[in-house]
Amino acid sequence: MAFEALTQKLEAVFKRLRGKGKLSEADVKQAMREIRLALLEADVNYKVVKDFIQKVTERAVGQEVMESLTPAQQVIKIVHDELIRLMGPKDTKINFSQSKVTTIMLVGLQGSGKTTTCGKLGLYLSKMGKRPLLVAADIYRPAAIKQLQVVGEKVGLPVFTMGGQDPVAISKAALEHALRFNNDVVIIDTAGRLHVDEELMQELINIKEAIKPDEFLLVVDSMTGQDAVNVAEAFHNRLQLTGLILTKLDGDSRGGAALSIKAVTGCPIKFVGMGEKLTDLEPFYPDRMASRILGMGDVLTLIEKATAAIDQEKARQLEEKIRRKEFTLEDFLEQIKQVRKMGSLDQIMSMIPGFSPQKLQGIEFDEKELVHIEAIINSMTKEERQNPSIINGSRRKRIAMGSGTSVQDVNRLLKQFEQTKKLMKQLSELEKGRKKGRFKLPFFNF
Amino acid sequence: MGFFDSLKQRLAKTRNALAEKVESLLKFSARIDEDTLEELEEILITADLGVNATEKLISQLREKVKAEKIRSPEELKEALKNEIVKVFPDKKLDIVSPTIILVVGVNGVGKTTTIGKLAYKFKSEGKKVILAAADTFRAAAAEQLSVWGNRVGVDVIKHQEGADPAAVLYDAIQAGKARRADIIICDTAGRLHTKKNLMEELKKLYRVSEKEYKDAQIISLLVLDATTGQNAIAQARIFKEAVNISGLILTKMDGTAKGGVAVAVASELNLPVFFIGVGESLEDLQEFDPKAFVEAIF
Repeated sequence: MAFEALTQKLEAVFKRLRGKGKLSEADVKQAMREIRLALLEADVNYKVVKDFIQKVTERAVGQEVMESLTPAQQVIKIVHDELIRLMGPKDTKINFSQSKVTTIMLVGLQGSGKTTTCGKLGLYLSKMGKRPLLVAADIYRPAAIKQLQVVGEKVGLPVFTMGGQDPVAISKAALEHALRFNNDVVIIDTAGRLHVDEELMQELINIKEAIKPDEFLLVVDSMTGQDAVNVAEAFHNRLQLTGLILTKLDGDSRGGAALSIKAVTGCPIKFVGMGEKLTDLEPFYPDRMASRILGMGDVLTLIEKATAAIDQEKARQLEEKIRRKEFTLEDFLEQIKQVRKMGSLDQIMSMIPGFSPQKLQGIEFDEKELVHIEAIINSMTKEERQNPSIINGSRRKRIAMGSGTSVQDVNRLLKQFEQTKKLMKQLSELEKGRKKGRFKLPFFNF
Repeated sequence: MGFFDSLKQRLAKTRNALAEKVESLLKFSARIDEDTLEELEEILITADLGVNATEKLISQLREKVKAEKIRSPEELKEALKNEIVKVFPDKKLDIVSPTIILVVGVNGVGKTTTIGKLAYKFKSEGKKVILAAADTFRAAAAEQLSVWGNRVGVDVIKHQEGADPAAVLYDAIQAGKARRADIIICDTAGRLHTKKNLMEELKKLYRVSEKEYKDAQIISLLVLDATTGQNAIAQARIFKEAVNISGLILTKMDGTAKGGVAVAVASELNLPVFFIGVGESLEDLQEFDPKAFVEAIF
């Protein structure tokens, strides 16, 4: 049996529900059984699932579903609402200290992604206008300090180190350092530790007592299984966490751990790690996460990303060109650049409703493809870009050599471009008369 | 103290929760009925065995109850243990000289630490080991491996951060040939199995091994974090497709995670577990023994 993502599971369930006009109690029970299994497969903790199923069943069996005109939609809404309720309310604010320096401590198991998250959070806060100082308090793992130094250099933030000295002393000294050098946020990267390691847990308590952090954040791997509740509970009971950060959410795990840890700690999930780049930290939105789990796509995130990345003026110019049928390879290149600003392609695709992972199977998004296309267009002369029809055999050869691709690649691109141009012409005919100012992404036609 | 006892001791933390539950369950249900089986099912799921593996085990158990007329809870427990043990393929890690070991896995599972432990183990057995720092992506990964190399006393071949991992492995192979190493252990960058390009990069490492060292045996080992849930199955499947994984190393077995997902992976992909990691020092790598593993869980 293949691993099936929660989305696919639920979609299968709801397909079954969609097929019927009315729902009997038995139907709801059957659906809930599937949802239960799906949630368990998504690593939601057993007890949390039980609780969830009970609540949803209570709401589903009864008037709401029975009398509803579209029972399936109603059930989706109930499941969705309950997921949001469990993971919410949204709280992605860092609790900044009123006086001088805000201190943030990152803790977690080994390999959950603390050091990378430390860099990401630092970058995130510096973009908000803060001046963070990263503190290397992982004195156990070989080269952990060096890793934070490299990360700090990449995000352009200072890193405070004191070698292998006592983490409590390091943290205290870092605070003084921050005061002296005018850093208003201190982010402490602690060593990964097991929640059952008495000695190391005590070390965290000592640091906590010494510096009284404003934020005490547990970094959790989103792929964690049933044990997530034990880990979160143990850390929370000992240290009174103020929030959670979920990492590695760019994989295909459904992140059932998110539901679990929220349920057992009651702490808000503040951020999610979405990739290997140091910019890949996003605020956590319970509603979006729930939508994602249900396969409804993350439309809001997509729209937000699109508006942030796409230059409105350029989009207007592009639309004008399409209308005047003057779309050239140069515009094509410009468009690719804008799309790339939004993030990785599969990330974007996963946010579009209707594109469930199942449907996407078989379609591979190769980031390198875009790099190749860029290279090919960059290897053309200005004239060639304006008027691709002049690109003959020898020009093709030159372009292929210049871009490090093959003549076939060049041919494919030119063909694609022609087809797209044709398609866009048709589209722009259709669009005529519709309201202006709406930007579109013609190359997003799959 | 025999190996069996020592493993049991090391896994003490791991087994308690589950064992207690099973014990109490079996104690109070004098007769075996559907409820008993259902409760067992719950316990297995809580141990991360996953829905599929659990259902499979329980249905096998159900047949056994009928066929072998199992009456007492004690017998049932033994039968379940036996079923779980049987899930693990009976394969051992067979090292011939020369061997290239590719150590792969998602981010943060403990690949580099495990390599340190493996190098220590092989060196103690009198083998000459060379480490290849082919994780050129994560900041300071090569330094981390070098620290382990120093501790163990084996050579580490490394390039700069951002270098081509295949070039690092190529150099390590040349060094391995020249220095007559028995084993080249290649550290790789952690990568989510869903990143196509990174998986292609991994395949390239495998191809380089095949091409540049024709006499060598190539073994790919997948490192799994015992705290990982059902995603481990997807990880194992895709890594297996990419670099022909021959077995697993289960890390972080000294926590409260039960590592039950290894049962699911073994069940679905017929992959053996070769070693388990039970701590942060060099000696904290143990050979996996399914009987001891299951015994220690219950």
